[in-house]
Amino acid sequence: MTCLVVFFLFLWWAEGNLDPYMRRILNLIAINVIWAVTFNLIYGYTGQFSLGHAGFIAIGAYSAALLTMPLAQKVQNFFLVPLISPLNAIELPFLPSLVIAAVMAGLVGVLVGIPSLQLRGDYMALVTLGFAEVIRVIGMNLQSVTNGSLGLKGIPGYTNLLWSWGCAAVTIFIVWTLGSSSYGRAFKAIREDEVAAETTGVSLFYHKLMAFTVAALLTGLGGALLANLISTIDPNLFTFMLSYQVVTVTVLGGVGSLTGSVVASAIYVSLFELLRPIDQPIVIGSLTIPGRPGMRMVMFSVVFLLVILFYRRGLMGSTEFSWQWLASKLRFGRSIGRQET
Amino acid sequence: MTVLKTEGLTKHFGGLVAVSDFNVEIEKGELVGLIGPNGSGKTTIFNLITGLYKPTEGEIVFDGRNISGWRPDRITGLGIARTFQNIRLFTELSVLDNVRVGYHLRLDSSPFVAAVGLPTYRREEAEITEKSMQLLDIVELDDVAQEKAGGLPYGQQRKLEIARALATQPQLLLLDEPAAGMNPEEIRGLMDFIHRIMHMFELTVFLVEHHMRMIMGICPRILVLDHGVTIAHGTPVEIQNDPKVIEAYLGVEEEEDADY
Repeated sequence: MTCLVVFFLFLWWAEGNLDPYMRRILNLIAINVIWAVTFNLIYGYTGQFSLGHAGFIAIGAYSAALLTMPLAQKVQNFFLVPLISPLNAIELPFLPSLVIAAVMAGLVGVLVGIPSLQLRGDYMALVTLGFAEVIRVIGMNLQSVTNGSLGLKGIPGYTNLLWSWGCAAVTIFIVWTLGSSSYGRAFKAIREDEVAAETTGVSLFYHKLMAFTVAALLTGLGGALLANLISTIDPNLFTFMLSYQVVTVTVLGGVGSLTGSVVASAIYVSLFELLRPIDQPIVIGSLTIPGRPGMRMVMFSVVFLLVILFYRRGLMGSTEFSWQWLASKLRFGRSIGRQET
Repeated sequence: MTVLKTEGLTKHFGGLVAVSDFNVEIEKGELVGLIGPNGSGKTTIFNLITGLYKPTEGEIVFDGRNISGWRPDRITGLGIARTFQNIRLFTELSVLDNVRVGYHLRLDSSPFVAAVGLPTYRREEAEITEKSMQLLDIVELDDVAQEKAGGLPYGQQRKLEIARALATQPQLLLLDEPAAGMNPEEIRGLMDFIHRIMHMFELTVFLVEHHMRMIMGICPRILVLDHGVTIAHGTPVEIQNDPKVIEAYLGVEEEEDADY
């Protein structure tokens, strides 16, 4: 609890004192935390492999963008095809926009969940993947709402560290408390054995849909924060790669571990920035390595591979971080050291 | 009072007739056994009663209600619980959590109330935990409550599965080969245990078993199944002397005994 207070005090200080680049990184970490945690709710807790995150992120991002954008900006953006009627006269503050964006994503979550959750395993992954692509293609072609592939520019940058980490904290709180309640046990029972869960009185469909909808809702929230952070969005931001990124972060942190998701998001985003110099030419003595854009992706894959090799179940496994856990790890490490000497 | 009644229950898998025209009537408080060689359709009947399979023909009436074609979780909610032949626990969950899942269907708190952790939910949760510990006490697993279910030895896993089934507060308990893999000593313990829980929870038990000695020992009434057809029905003595049963089942059993 005190940690939390200290952390938010730090954020409050950071908002005023850190440079925009650092703040951007911290914001992105928070948004990735939201996505990884919600994916953990669907996959880590309930065992349903969904690849639809990009779709929910897109819905959240577009909803928030269209609601928060100033009217003059809207006219400028939609110069080819004008924006349809109710939206072109609306400009809302940030909080209601966030809420509406999340609810929109949640509603679509229900609509997508009803058919796709009837399927199991790989089939469910395929259908949700298809859904995310459908959303992207709609974004491309529904010019009167999304401005097509031109995208939206000049979205107000409302997202700051307190908003992003506040939303991340809310997400973690909801997923954690729901996950450790009786409903969470039902989710995990479904993950473990659907047939046994069903005959123990757990309604498969109801609980899967609940997990899926809550996850979709919060994922949309993350999308809304993203739109108001980067201020420019277009449909190609929300490709399959984005869903894949969410899966990567979650697996990296440990499936079923929320603290793992937090740690992994931090590592993922910062590593991505730290590895940036690799894309530039490097001079070592007389040797010059030419810069190759995308080199850091290769390096990143190597790091990812190493993690999976040495920590097969992710950095945290399915355990949660606690000070006792850290202490026991350290003690274990020391006792090994002693044995060697 | 009749608890369970099936009428002309039939299940086809493509061209294969797994169960044909199965009729049974089980009174409250009874212990009925169902035996038959491997592949004779015993487990299929359990899957039909619990809703995992939909019957091709026929009716299942439980507690006066026609439940054929109902979803498994609704049937469990009505009061039928079961165990599985090849134990199906939630292996990564703790022993206590396995039992607590059984109480989930009687939970009153909505997901919202549970997620926010309102006092009404916390009271319910405490109650569930207390009842679960009592159940674990009865099956003598209270000292391993925090351990992972998958890590328990075989015999304890069987008991935990029964405890989980009891947590759903059933009227009718279906046990699918509860004695599989047990030695004679353990089987005697299991027989006592079944009698004890029947008395304690006012249960009706329908039991599938491969093990002749056990079923003859505890079931006052037995049905014999062969290739999906009921070939005999009666007391253990009647069954033992039925020529059709001896031909279909007991002959096989003796050969199996020789294998040991």
